[in-house]
Amino acid sequence: MNTLFLYTMSGLALFAIGLHGLIRSSHLLRKILAANLMSSGVFLIMIVGACGTDQVMIDPVPHAMVLTGIVVSVSTTAVALVLVCLVQETTNRALLWQKRKRGQGGRTDA
Amino acid sequence: MMDVMGFFDIVLALALPWLGWRLLASSDLFRAVVLFISLGLLMSLTWVRLQAPDVALAEAAIGAGLTGALFLSALRRLERLSESERRLEHAGKREEDETIPPEKRRRAKPVAYVLSLFLLVVFVLLLGWSLGQTPGAKGGLGPAVAGQMGQSGVQSQVTAVLLNFRGYDTLLEMMVLFLAALGVWSLTRVRQTQQGEVPGPVLATLVRLLVPLMIIVAGYLVWIGSSRAGGAFQGGAVLAAAGVLLLLANVTVVRQVPAGLLRWALVLGPLLFLLTAVACMGGGGNLLEYPGQSAGVWILFIESATAVSIGVTLAALYAGGRPPAPSAPEKDNEEGPGSGVDKGGKA
Repeated sequence: MNTLFLYTMSGLALFAIGLHGLIRSSHLLRKILAANLMSSGVFLIMIVGACGTDQVMIDPVPHAMVLTGIVVSVSTTAVALVLVCLVQETTNRALLWQKRKRGQGGRTDA
Repeated sequence: MMDVMGFFDIVLALALPWLGWRLLASSDLFRAVVLFISLGLLMSLTWVRLQAPDVALAEAAIGAGLTGALFLSALRRLERLSESERRLEHAGKREEDETIPPEKRRRAKPVAYVLSLFLLVVFVLLLGWSLGQTPGAKGGLGPAVAGQMGQSGVQSQVTAVLLNFRGYDTLLEMMVLFLAALGVWSLTRVRQTQQGEVPGPVLATLVRLLVPLMIIVAGYLVWIGSSRAGGAFQGGAVLAAAGVLLLLANVTVVRQVPAGLLRWALVLGPLLFLLTAVACMGGGGNLLEYPGQSAGVWILFIESATAVSIGVTLAALYAGGRPPAPSAPEKDNEEGPGSGVDKGGKA
């Protein structure tokens, strides 16, 4: 029971770190990594919820849902990565914020 | 023994957020991706500890392996794109600049940073609180699934849920995967490979040894999925890994796969799944309500078709674009995923 609580906290922390990274990091690739971290945290919490103890059996439905989730997250990641490559191709950088140095001006639409 | 596993659990549960933090804080993107892959492998260990072997297999193959490969190839593409620009600017300077900003902004606007951190902590605490408030139904749907296992046609509970009880989930998931492939194909075209990029002897031998083995493993995973951990997604992922390996090795067979065959392989799984689902309605049943005692056969049929399509789709996602135009010289094609299917047919 104690271990399950520990894993729940771990999933919560992963989600929080991912959310923080999603908001704070400027490079788009790192934003996608952060979104993946968030989904990992959610999966962890779901599987902990499905975990059986001595008298309760394992719930296979969340397992199936997490399996589905893993495949969906790899699909979205693939599309997002292609979009990042396109952003870099058109704006020359894969950043949401542009550096203010070297007189390159304001923000890019990324 | 129990203490050792308990200690292992503690280390694992602490290592996951720590790795996550490290990978987002690292200034080097390549290092971040490598840390992400190791995080995926640790996640897969966690799934084993949490008695979810199906998820562990999928995480190791898809979550860590294929997603990592996707990130690495995207990183390489980004670097190749910025190379020409970097030559114009100061060499090597830009890379540093673009990865450091978080820290710089942090110092520049401490108020905003503290505020965002505060909001984040409040949000997470609220989330944790609501998690604690969630009424925990003992065992959830476990007893319900166990009660219906006799009619599912398979012995593995997860496979029964995936392809029988909640088959529409998996059907829609296949469509999402298909849509992702369509999206990638409509956005870009596969870059022409550099001429004369011949794999070294080690990679060539490794591919020759590993690819047939991987195809056998994929088939085994699909077959065993009816009674143990495994199934279409794990098998398809291994097939995709074989495709990625073939793409990396730049094998000649890979480039000669006709684009038409590739398209059919992409469509095969979703199409057969959809047709089966609709055909089930023909007998007076509901969508995906397999008639009579034949559920096991139908599930195996769908799983085989979807495994092939999942493998081809994931490998096509790795290739990162639609195959070059038919008018392009044949030797320049870089669409390898289909070859995994070809070899699968022979094996």
